[in-house]
Amino acid sequence: MKFLVCISNVPDTTTKITFSDNFTQFNPNGVQFILNPYDELSIARAMELAEGGKASITILHVGEASSEPTIRKALALGADDAVRINAFPKNAHFVAHQIAEYIKENPYDILFFGRESIDYNGAQVCSMVGELLNLPSISIVKKLDLQDNKAILEREIEGGKEILEVQLPFVLSSTEGIAEPKIPNMRGIMSARTKPLIVREPSPVKETESLISFESPKPRGQVQLVKSEDAEQLMQLLHSEAKVI
Amino acid sequence: MPVLVFVEQNEGKFKKSAYEAVSFGFALGKSIHEPLIVLSIGKVDLEVLKSFGEYGAEKVYTIDSESLKTFVNQAYASIIAHVAEKINASVVIMSNSFSAKGMAPRVAVKLKAALGEAIVSLPEIKDKDFIVKRGVFSGKAFVFEKLETPVKVLTLSPNSFGLFSNKVEVAIEEISPELPASDYGTMVREIIRNTDKISLPDAERVVSAGRGLKGPENWKMIEDLAEVLGAATACSKPVSDAGWRPHSEHVGQTGIAVSPNLYIAIGISGAIQHLAGVSSSKVIVVINKDPEAPFFKVADYGIVGDAFDIVPRLIEAAKAIKG
Repeated sequence: MKFLVCISNVPDTTTKITFSDNFTQFNPNGVQFILNPYDELSIARAMELAEGGKASITILHVGEASSEPTIRKALALGADDAVRINAFPKNAHFVAHQIAEYIKENPYDILFFGRESIDYNGAQVCSMVGELLNLPSISIVKKLDLQDNKAILEREIEGGKEILEVQLPFVLSSTEGIAEPKIPNMRGIMSARTKPLIVREPSPVKETESLISFESPKPRGQVQLVKSEDAEQLMQLLHSEAKVI
Repeated sequence: MPVLVFVEQNEGKFKKSAYEAVSFGFALGKSIHEPLIVLSIGKVDLEVLKSFGEYGAEKVYTIDSESLKTFVNQAYASIIAHVAEKINASVVIMSNSFSAKGMAPRVAVKLKAALGEAIVSLPEIKDKDFIVKRGVFSGKAFVFEKLETPVKVLTLSPNSFGLFSNKVEVAIEEISPELPASDYGTMVREIIRNTDKISLPDAERVVSAGRGLKGPENWKMIEDLAEVLGAATACSKPVSDAGWRPHSEHVGQTGIAVSPNLYIAIGISGAIQHLAGVSSSKVIVVINKDPEAPFFKVADYGIVGDAFDIVPRLIEAAKAIKG
């Protein structure tokens, strides 16, 4: 079997987000970029399912050369090879089309995504790729098991979970629960340096949207503190002042 | 070119988020002088469907089919796109539920439409410009994007718009579009619901707790407070990582982002990753024994004190208010 794991290169979760050029650009200065945490879960589950040579794992990334350390990290975690589509990932529509074009020429049995990237939080690419390739897609999956040529998945729904069955090939997006993230070992890190990384040029895509500007959330007013001995008062404030209970 | 709102039913019933999406669709339609049409898929009583007329729907299309009783991603996407094309819709709207997250992108691809995902307010429409606002960097910022296709697909972040009644005469029409077999690629084996609990992503009130609670055995008081307030329970990442609470309760940058009217954080210090997931909450209450906890900086109300002393008293006070 062949697995493909699509990854994003995102600002570390502790990053303070700032913008430049009058709030039209994200400011990457001093920002540490990491492998998107949900994509890390995809790699971890793909590794578990591939164990014992049952499948090969390819990493696919749409991004510029600056994201190669993140691709190497994915390889260090155990993937066999990687493909980078050499373009700035400007939006989900663009990225989904690049990925779909690549897969049309190079089919896989399971296409893994993260539930969303923690920068643009679109949660769009997985299902767009599914639609572009006319494959089933299951989003926000917290459990994945294989039985011969089909998969049993558990996905998150409001107030519960849904258990589904799907034939290979299909597309999914991973969330917490699907696997525990792994830490690359020394052997993985060493071998990642020499694993194949192919760079492809992007395909032309018709644009559907453009970014206008960013905005930082409005700061909240001063906190109104209630003395701990008067804790009961808090409920009164929430009831009559804030009117939320 | 009307506005189409897809409403997601659950065992024949609709949640507040469905009526919110319809209220939003009506307001958007009004601003561009277009009628509002609603689409429901699955078995729903006529009287229930008529309730969308209270929120401005002139027409409700409904599809009653055994094979579409529960959500089937590809099939639902095909039907929504089919109806959008049939009525020549200019905007397709749905609430940003877990199912919608996996479906709206498919609808957008089918309609060659730009997708505004998890938007938080009505779009700005000027001349031919259509600009939407949504959260990015997991709640640390917002972005304004211009959608440049003739048809737009929007998903609405729950609790961001509210309910507005606009009673109109409503017509119900049953349709039965034909779908290819390939639209049934996934088969639902089982749905497991925690019926006794309020679901977190679209909850109006959330009671959340962190490591300050010292152990999973102390969550009873959190559940009790949530129950009396009609709130969902949530937790911080260290708590779900330690297995004290399920991952589905983890709020924050790598968990669920919530936008309730009230978020009560108990024994959570307020790491930047956690704050990212709660920044859209309307009112934030923080209870922490450490007066230096960063969470107080983004709180509207706070109590510096011991949760084990304060929470039981809050439960009693809330009961007294609720009568």
